[in-house]
Amino acid sequence: MNTEILGVFLIFLLSVGLAWPLGKYIVKVFRGEKTWTDFLSPLERLIFKISGIDPNQPMDWKQNMKTLLGINVLFFVFAFLALAFQGSHPFWNPVNIGNWEPTLAFNTAVSFATNTNLQHYSGESGASYFTQLLVFCWLQFVSAGTGIAACALLFQGLKNRTGSNLGNFYNLMVKSCTRILLPLAVVLAVILMVNGTTANFEGLAEVTTLEGEIVQVAGGPTAPMVAIKQLGTNGGGYFGPNSTHPFENPNYLTNIAENVAILLIPMALVFAFGFFLNRKKLALMFFGVMTVLFITFTAVSVSEEIKGNPAIAAMGIATDQSNMEGKEVRFGAAASSLWGVSTTATSNGSVNSMHDSHTPLSGGIFMLDMFINAVYGGVGVGFINFFLFVIVAVFIAGQMIGRTPDLLGKKIEAREVKIAAMVVILHPLLILVGTAMSSYGIVQDPSLGWLKNPGFHGFSEMLYENTSASANNGSGFEGLGDNTPFWNILTGVIMLLARYIPIIGPLAIVGSLSVKNPVPATAGSLQLDSPAFATVLISVIVIVAALAFFPAMVLGPLAEYYTF
Amino acid sequence: MKSLRTVLGLGLCTLVLFGILYPLAMVGIGKVMPERSAGNPIFREGTLVGFEQIGQSFTSPEYFWGRPSAVEYNAASTGGSNFGPTNPEFLALVQERIDAFLSSNPGLTAADLPIELITASGSGLDPHITRQGALIQASRVANARGVSEEALQKLIDTHTEKALFGMFGPSDQVNVLKLNLAVDELTASN
Repeated sequence: MNTEILGVFLIFLLSVGLAWPLGKYIVKVFRGEKTWTDFLSPLERLIFKISGIDPNQPMDWKQNMKTLLGINVLFFVFAFLALAFQGSHPFWNPVNIGNWEPTLAFNTAVSFATNTNLQHYSGESGASYFTQLLVFCWLQFVSAGTGIAACALLFQGLKNRTGSNLGNFYNLMVKSCTRILLPLAVVLAVILMVNGTTANFEGLAEVTTLEGEIVQVAGGPTAPMVAIKQLGTNGGGYFGPNSTHPFENPNYLTNIAENVAILLIPMALVFAFGFFLNRKKLALMFFGVMTVLFITFTAVSVSEEIKGNPAIAAMGIATDQSNMEGKEVRFGAAASSLWGVSTTATSNGSVNSMHDSHTPLSGGIFMLDMFINAVYGGVGVGFINFFLFVIVAVFIAGQMIGRTPDLLGKKIEAREVKIAAMVVILHPLLILVGTAMSSYGIVQDPSLGWLKNPGFHGFSEMLYENTSASANNGSGFEGLGDNTPFWNILTGVIMLLARYIPIIGPLAIVGSLSVKNPVPATAGSLQLDSPAFATVLISVIVIVAALAFFPAMVLGPLAEYYTF
Repeated sequence: MKSLRTVLGLGLCTLVLFGILYPLAMVGIGKVMPERSAGNPIFREGTLVGFEQIGQSFTSPEYFWGRPSAVEYNAASTGGSNFGPTNPEFLALVQERIDAFLSSNPGLTAADLPIELITASGSGLDPHITRQGALIQASRVANARGVSEEALQKLIDTHTEKALFGMFGPSDQVNVLKLNLAVDELTASN
């Protein structure tokens, strides 16, 4: 077996192996039990004191939702002002980069507050150090903390026998940042620096090349930023081309570390579900369902990329070569595909190869991953999305065996199913309406000139962008000229709706489940951890994605594939 | 009013902690390894000539050439081409690169060309080519410099990087900048 494929196995196995103990640790943090990070508690107490927060105050789902939304409004407002007036203040802006145009500032503020990190700007030329750190680095922590805390609320709601207390959002958010994200980010940042990721404030370095040319090389505080961007499924790169850039991702070792970091917390939260509710077998079943999809997607993408581009092979070069357009030699095609599948599965959105230049089926797989958006998923919200599929599957399975469906000892009734169904439908609705609007726009007025690539691939560029926004992913088919008011506003609105509604809906569901009286388990209850239910669950996920998106997939990636 | 204070307080605290203290602390740790946290700069006779992992443009016959770059190796504004695989403009460009490479490296056929020499990287700064990509340029560089092809092949051998721990990831790649520095040294010592 060749070393590129071995590398793919290593990355996957490392991620699973590290996620298991991390899941145990996360549960301790959620429950407030003793951990080795307790030395941080004076810091947390200080934060709570300054903000006047009682971390032990019980809150029901509505109070938690209000606090979540309140703090997120602040994230957005601060980010918007900082970007729109970047050039108007003197702080940490050595190369005097100017103010941002309002729709770009809106889009980017939404993008970072919602943990999406769609980037319609280019980091090294558009953002000052102030912006990179006080806006982007900060939001990559707290937006990820928001997701993890929401997931903790969901766990508590499912655990409650009868009671409305889901925990305290502030407490969970702060501890998700200080106890989970921060220690991991420090470790990853050090690994990166050891391998040559920059960590300085030197501005541009003037290099005289061997051929005598003078070039400016941009550096900066890259390592701390890249560390949190991977761990928090953020994906907001320090440089324009993200982790393809040799300063963000200098060698194969850092590529392993970063790819593991992408998968780590999303996987760990699935295990944490099992430890928190003491339903390990069920968690393993969920993990298995996700993993079946993940491995299938990886296999397709890797094999398509290794097969290469037949149109180039036809020019007479040796035919056994991978598709290397948009890829780095030090990573190779297999690791680029694994990263692509990882980053779209987890709503991370960082890239180590240009997705626009992948072969059609590989690009299509990335979109499918984001259509589902629950294969491990974004930190916290991935599991929440998956939970919605579980509700729908429980309902359908209940219909098949002719019983009122129940989940973890609580009856699933009309209210819960309605909310779940509406939230599940929201995602395709946003994507398809957005794609329809943009397609209409470009057909009416081709002079808009958004598309880098003609034909089916051009359609894929627009479909991908809308999907990425709705999945809160942030990667792109970056050939799309997306820094225009139309795209900034369209994707900004999509990101907002697609972030908060899928958090509020499931919280409402667990809010109502948690106060219900438990029903005793009988021989007739649905066995959630059975292979039969796993099959139903996979079918529900695949059918929802396939039914909603198949026509769009046919017009984009599949049509392009058949032109080869 | 209380909730406004809470939101502002929490926002400010986390901003200071994660937006200022965390990155500054990491930059501080980086000071322990100044070479590495500066991106491994390479100096020659006191002049900064590059960074180990940042590719640069080589076009003259006496240097080994790196990959095509969508941004001409402009390290202040990096990126890939974002060409889709079926784009006719892209395919024409690849054909042009094949023709240009073959005409400046006589004796080769298209079948000798490794794919990375005719496609652009994602960053536009890819520091590597494959070993095969270096070997097929040895005769051109040898002619231009008046050194023996064998000496260059030996240099390529010593600069060939293997897979991580010999097991993981792509194998047999060559860092173009480091190779060219070695070639310069070889010529200077003759």
